[in-house]
Amino acid sequence: MYVIIVGGGKVGYYLSKELMNQDYELLLMEKDRNRLAFLQSELGEVAFHGDGAEIQYMEAAGFRRADVVVAVTGDDEDNLVVCQVAKWHFNVPRVLARVNDPANQPIFQKLGVAETVNSTRLIYNLLEQSIETDEVVPLAALQKGDIEIVEVHVGPKSKVAGKRIDALDLPDRSLIITMLRNGEARIPQADTVLAVDDTLVAIVEEAQEEKLAAVFA
Amino acid sequence: MKIIILGCGRAGSITARMLSEAGHDVTIIDFNADAFRRLGNLPEVTEVVGSGIDLDVLRRAGIENADVFIAVTNGDNTNIMSTQIAKNEFGVARCVARMYDPSRAQAYREMGIQTLCTPLLAAGLLRDYVLEQEWGKITDYIEPLLPEGEGA
Repeated sequence: MYVIIVGGGKVGYYLSKELMNQDYELLLMEKDRNRLAFLQSELGEVAFHGDGAEIQYMEAAGFRRADVVVAVTGDDEDNLVVCQVAKWHFNVPRVLARVNDPANQPIFQKLGVAETVNSTRLIYNLLEQSIETDEVVPLAALQKGDIEIVEVHVGPKSKVAGKRIDALDLPDRSLIITMLRNGEARIPQADTVLAVDDTLVAIVEEAQEEKLAAVFA
Repeated sequence: MKIIILGCGRAGSITARMLSEAGHDVTIIDFNADAFRRLGNLPEVTEVVGSGIDLDVLRRAGIENADVFIAVTNGDNTNIMSTQIAKNEFGVARCVARMYDPSRAQAYREMGIQTLCTPLLAAGLLRDYVLEQEWGKITDYIEPLLPEGEGA
């Protein structure tokens, strides 16, 4: 699998380092010569000079045969253009953009770049997780289908404690995928009996989230 | 017409002046307030400080009622992104992105976005001047405008 990362800042650098240890064919594009010198000394030939939004450089970097393009520069407009040109001009099957301003996430989606990562949003979600208790906590949003992965905690007053999973009145478009008990992950079965302090991870359609929360209240 | 211009550099400030003098309602956006000095004394033009890819800034500039959006910052990608926001998010009827990179301008033109690649125009005119040729038609230098309704 050929992965091209555009933007050799902190995110691009550490991401490349991680991926180099896997079995990926990898290229990291950076347009700034000074930064490139550092990247080449650390990563070797993986670091490649060029503007990842300029067609000639993209051609030279092999965008035509790339399986995945990841745009992680610090500028949203650059990340958008890299992904759009990769997708529409070079027919790259999978593009992923870092979005710096969370407000841009829906815009990227509207403009054809559905897969985005936003660190502000991730940290916000983590904070939300530490604040809310006994409620449904979003872990990750799967953007294409409005489906979320959520965490549900069985509180001391929860009416599901002591009940079997197949006795729960779960919303139609939801599925429990794993259960954490005493810090151990288990795959819950229909006859698993829930206990106080269990944590369940479920996938659920966004619109059904409140209904799911009500089941565990 | 209500016209929004993004980028108060040379192209933006001169376009603002021309369209304002032609009697249109012009608002110009730039993230650097100093840039508005280029306008000179032009009280009819509304100035908005901020980023052209920020929806709130665009709303403050009145994009919801705009007929035309022109992006002429010195960043091709900013121009391309803001133009797409104007078209897709706010439904502005006529939008154009000035571009420096001819190949990127061509790629987006093929995707249905109206781009105007000014270096191509300058290069063609310079060639004709050096070779002592008559000036050609504008479309001898750059691609023609996209048909109405198709251009983003």
